Amino acid sequence: MSQTTAAIRAQALESLLTERGLLDADLIDDVIVRYNERVGPMNGAKLVAHAWSDVAFKKRLLTDATAVVNEFEFSGGQVDKLVVVENTPDTHNVVVCTLCSCYPWAVLGLPPKWYKDPAYRSRVVREPRSVLAEFGTFISTEKKIRVWDSSAEIRYMVLPEMPAAWQGRDVDSLAASVSRDSMIGVTVLDAN
Amino acid sequence: MDGIHDLGGKQGFGAVDPEDPLQGFSQRWHGSVFTMINSLAAAGVMHNSDHFRHAVERIDPISYLDDGYYGRWLGAAENLLVEGGILEQQEITDRAVAYGAKGDERVAARPQQGADSDLSSRDADRILRTSATPLTAERNPVAAAKYSIGDVLLTRMSSVPGHTRLPAYARGRLGTVVAVHGAWVFPDTNAHGKGEQPQHLYTLCFDAQELWGEGAENLEVFLDLFEPYLHRVEEA
Repeated sequence: MSQTTAAIRAQALESLLTERGLLDADLIDDVIVRYNERVGPMNGAKLVAHAWSDVAFKKRLLTDATAVVNEFEFSGGQVDKLVVVENTPDTHNVVVCTLCSCYPWAVLGLPPKWYKDPAYRSRVVREPRSVLAEFGTFISTEKKIRVWDSSAEIRYMVLPEMPAAWQGRDVDSLAASVSRDSMIGVTVLDAN
Repeated sequence: MDGIHDLGGKQGFGAVDPEDPLQGFSQRWHGSVFTMINSLAAAGVMHNSDHFRHAVERIDPISYLDDGYYGRWLGAAENLLVEGGILEQQEITDRAVAYGAKGDERVAARPQQGADSDLSSRDADRILRTSATPLTAERNPVAAAKYSIGDVLLTRMSSVPGHTRLPAYARGRLGTVVAVHGAWVFPDTNAHGKGEQPQHLYTLCFDAQELWGEGAENLEVFLDLFEPYLHRVEEA
């Protein structure tokens, strides 16, 4: 089905459901505005920036991220259990959901298109280095890659390594520099 | 089920297109489908997220690959609405034609007769129960966890006909328990109106050689697996 046809079929379903009282069409625009403007990777970036700035916070984030997230009032949707995995000089982490497209919405917002597409979902559990190279990320064969395939209700987020040049910056400035893709694990942060 | 959705390790899909600067919904109909699914959940047409996920897995496999994420959700919404007796597939097509669709194109939904037979989707009791269901899928365990961190376990070999969370690429493989998460709603029963039947959940680490054979990358893959998928090697 072309995307135009899908859009028309969605419109058909929307009108039928509205007629049957199963959908309030005004909600659609509210939902779109809410997700486009208020939900996004800024929540995850805030956690990362705090973790880089505060050793005790980082320790709690890596042992019980769910409790930490519940202390912040994020509105991106529910996360049953969040696990944060740390990139180190020896280990690089990447997140995927091969069976559907599970993603930590509460901290990263809506998933990017590629995350939901067959190419990423099929390949990253088998040949992550080639997939990461397509994002311009080159991980040596010496370094261990850990791929987290979110097969149940636990959601994963990567704590990227902070570029050394960012030492001394405040939390807000750090948070503004943390990209969505680095928290999925397909890129690493670069001071440039 | 051995559906098209079970993509891990499949080859031939080509390069990933990493461009996606947009954070939100890129098209209105994406937001529309998203809102419809949430409304169907609130109305009890979609009984739980596992029921929904299985409705996605059951769409036409070509559409699954071709229609994109919200196209898959659209197909699942139609599956649930037709199976729940709320709409006929033909009336959706007729309405789409009225809005300018050709009417002879491939449709993602593949509603199954009897898929909803043990569930009465518009039943008021059910809707009340749905709204009383805890937000999280974690539950109090009814039995002690069988396994602990460090145990080397073998995953189930066989396929199952319905919804499950053991990807095909990790069937019949040895993994090591690295985390124990308590008891969680069991998707395999919850998707099919057979109750939550909470099961212990574990994170297992699989070495790439175990999954992909000789010459595999320097790689470990982690999966969250329910106790019924696992057994000790000596029980095999």
